Amino acid sequence: MQERTYEKYFRQNRLPHIWCPGCGNGTVMKAIVEAVEKRKLPRDKTVIVSGIGCSSRASGYMDFDTLHTAHGRAIPFATGIKLANPELNVIVITGDGDCTAIGGNHFIHGARRNIDLTVVLFNNAIYGMTGGQASPMTPLHKKATTAPYGSVDRPFDACQLASAAGASYVARSTAFHVQHLTDMIAEGISVEGFSFIEAVVQCPTAYGRKNKMPEPAQMMAWLRDHAVLQKAWDKLPEEKRSDKFPIGVFLKRQFEEYTKAYAEVIASAQGGKK
Amino acid sequence: MDTEIFLKSERCKGCGICVAFCPKKVLQLDTLGHCSVVRPDDCIACGQCELRCPDYAIFVDKKVYA
Repeated sequence: MQERTYEKYFRQNRLPHIWCPGCGNGTVMKAIVEAVEKRKLPRDKTVIVSGIGCSSRASGYMDFDTLHTAHGRAIPFATGIKLANPELNVIVITGDGDCTAIGGNHFIHGARRNIDLTVVLFNNAIYGMTGGQASPMTPLHKKATTAPYGSVDRPFDACQLASAAGASYVARSTAFHVQHLTDMIAEGISVEGFSFIEAVVQCPTAYGRKNKMPEPAQMMAWLRDHAVLQKAWDKLPEEKRSDKFPIGVFLKRQFEEYTKAYAEVIASAQGGKK
Repeated sequence: MDTEIFLKSERCKGCGICVAFCPKKVLQLDTLGHCSVVRPDDCIACGQCELRCPDYAIFVDKKVYA
């Protein structure tokens, strides 16, 4: 068998990974390394930063310079890395709880500064590692251990949040649409500025078992049937949108990038200009 | 079809995604709950199993004759 080229990006002695059978995080991790390969990022110039949670275990399996940081604080750590050495490519791996609850503030301020990070949010709609508590991205009326009658809290739309906060690139894809997801992440890497990609993943263990989808393949089929490409979504009448969600690129725009703006400040401060 | 399926069984967790998405029902879970190839001749090398496997445990190649 021809060894697959993405295997070199994994720490082979750490595999198989710790995620549950059928968890979509593995698929997204592969999509990230394939996007890195597609963009031909040198391995010693690429840094993977992650927070805490199921998704954030990914940094331990990826053979780059990796950083597994405090809960919700992946973006601040990544900001520090990028500012200290702007030629590094920094990819942030975070989960829905990590990014929108514990690190919600850091997330919107990272987007506001428009610093050149690629943030990949693994959205499994639940706190999987701690036993299935409802997260800020648990859909309305879906069950969790802390919401036995269904969640009454309206969920965040992280893509709209990132757009409103000032990100340069915002996209969404799912663990079912593997190639689409790889393209979205690859495009996010090449965009200069804050890129945000939400990857909807299946969590059969914590989320699926509570919501009548205990089989991983069943959850993937759900993703297939309920994700609608942006162009089709625009034409979709309101009454058919209820349980579906759009995927694709939502936003791409250009703003001044933070490290460049900062470099100008440094230059003028050191040059003594007024 | 001339295809070859490789399994890295030590990585397989038996989630059954490959079995469910195989259009030709080539794969099955064995008694230990791991993926196994039961109808290798039916494989059309579509690569769905390899694409969707979250544990990187299955690989499909077209046979190459020298």
